[in-house]
Amino acid sequence: MQRVIAKVAGEAAFYAGVAFFVILSTFPFYWMVITSFKTNSDLYNVTNIPFWFNDPPTLEHFRYLFHETLFTTWLLNSLIIGVCVVVITLVTALPAAYSLARMTGRNGETLGIGIFLTYLVPPTLLFLPLARVVANLGLQNSMWSLVLVYPTFTIPFCTWLLMGFFKALPPEIEEAAIVDGCSLFGAFIKMALPLSLPGILTVVIFTFTLTLQEFVYALTFISSTDQKPITLGVATDLVRGDIFYWGEIMAGALIASIPVAIAYNFFLDRFIAGITGGAVK
Amino acid sequence: MASIAEPIAKPASRFRFILDRRDVLGAVFVAPAILYVLLLVGVPLLLSIYYSVSAYTIYNPSWHFVGLANFAQIVENPDFLRTLSNTFIFTFGSQFLGLVLGKFGALLLLRPFPGRKIVRALIILPWAVPIALATVAWQWMFDSLYSVINWSMIALGVIDRSDAPNWLGNPHLAMLCVIVVNAWRFFPFAIVIFLAGITAVPQDVIDAATVDGAGFWRRNYQIIVPMILPIVTIGLIFGIVFTFTDLSIVFLMTMGGPVGATSVLGFEGFQVGILSGDVSHGAAISLFMLPVLFVVVIFMLRFIKRREI
Repeated sequence: MQRVIAKVAGEAAFYAGVAFFVILSTFPFYWMVITSFKTNSDLYNVTNIPFWFNDPPTLEHFRYLFHETLFTTWLLNSLIIGVCVVVITLVTALPAAYSLARMTGRNGETLGIGIFLTYLVPPTLLFLPLARVVANLGLQNSMWSLVLVYPTFTIPFCTWLLMGFFKALPPEIEEAAIVDGCSLFGAFIKMALPLSLPGILTVVIFTFTLTLQEFVYALTFISSTDQKPITLGVATDLVRGDIFYWGEIMAGALIASIPVAIAYNFFLDRFIAGITGGAVK
Repeated sequence: MASIAEPIAKPASRFRFILDRRDVLGAVFVAPAILYVLLLVGVPLLLSIYYSVSAYTIYNPSWHFVGLANFAQIVENPDFLRTLSNTFIFTFGSQFLGLVLGKFGALLLLRPFPGRKIVRALIILPWAVPIALATVAWQWMFDSLYSVINWSMIALGVIDRSDAPNWLGNPHLAMLCVIVVNAWRFFPFAIVIFLAGITAVPQDVIDAATVDGAGFWRRNYQIIVPMILPIVTIGLIFGIVFTFTDLSIVFLMTMGGPVGATSVLGFEGFQVGILSGDVSHGAAISLFMLPVLFVVVIFMLRFIKRREI
């Protein structure tokens, strides 16, 4: 009997622990949801119980966000920035990773580590000189400055990830293609690329989410409302003087968070494998 | 067949000959990435170092060399010393909290239970979602008047409405808040890192230890912890680098305030270098991150090298 009680108590403690972590992780997002659907009179009344709707839910904040602010412009900006950075990253990182994994031998490994380490050079160390570079190119206060600068962290990271994928391919496949008359370049295009499609897809998703998550460069280079990406716009542009438009801010944050959250959950394991550089085998 | 292929192959042959040499194609392939990184990371890094020893401001962009005068001025400023110690408190406080939460979370998630996949997906959210957006949600939760945390504490009778804490307005509480938000952002990462490490420990090693009489704690601290140390260290290095150099949480939640209580290096560099336009001093402030980064990079290299052997 005592054993049963101990077992039940153990189970209860276990699920209480799990519940604690789930609440800790999700409460701010629950808060986004509930704030974004509440009427203002409900939001700003301290006697109301804040955890659920005291007035009927409303779409007013979403309507305001889409019609009275540049929210759709920010969405579009983020999409354009994301797509351009993905293209630049793929065009440079794919051949670089292939070369470092296959063609440059022992030096390639060292060079690969060197490129990866630049991923650790933080934006807060580079934003002053890069602000000058951006200004010299006439890109200040334009979202194209972000298209130029974001590859500085996506290329190192993706080169490293892709190196791992290419190394996992058996080289015999390309060798067979070369024996059959394919050029080296052709073996890369026709054999290595199609076979590493899962890796390429991972890189596309992660590059895109990294551009959505970035905040420091966007904050530094862009002050015009119509040039902002979504993260910057929602975080800084829905405040008028001292007044925070909390309903709109939370609605915007919610919309921008959902795609990133989904993408991460699908590709998490590959991401971890990349970030730890295969320290676990 | 050959007669069709030949005219196409001929003009391209010299080109193909060069590109068919493994070393040449290898260099051509890797060049764009290296150029990009050199031009937009390497050169700016040097430029940043040069800014810090010059008298460059956006109003007077001169390259006049002033030696270490900027650094001397910065170090003499008591506010800067506070910023420096804030940065360390912020970094190590949040990493410690994140690691503790991560370790416990990983222990829980190690055991199979119904709905584990969904729980994992939910727990990963703080790390996946753009930190700037999650930070504004926290800012709203710490609101001076409509804080849900205060509301709950009042409703539970822990505190009275008249002495409800002003989370972001009190210097100590504000520091606690930015640490908590950063730890909240990193603990899912720590969980994932711990899980990746623990699941990679071969089961037969653990079984052998059990047969030899090692109990739960002994298995945990003498076998599992040493074996997962490399991967945990790499995770911690990422956490330290990204926290030590971060400015978004502080910028959005407290603006370094109240009265400099949460000012950190990244924020101060932004404040001085970008907002005030004093580029040389801003660059000098940011460069105080370099020693920490060097130490971290050396650690990183050691671990990466070890994995190769």
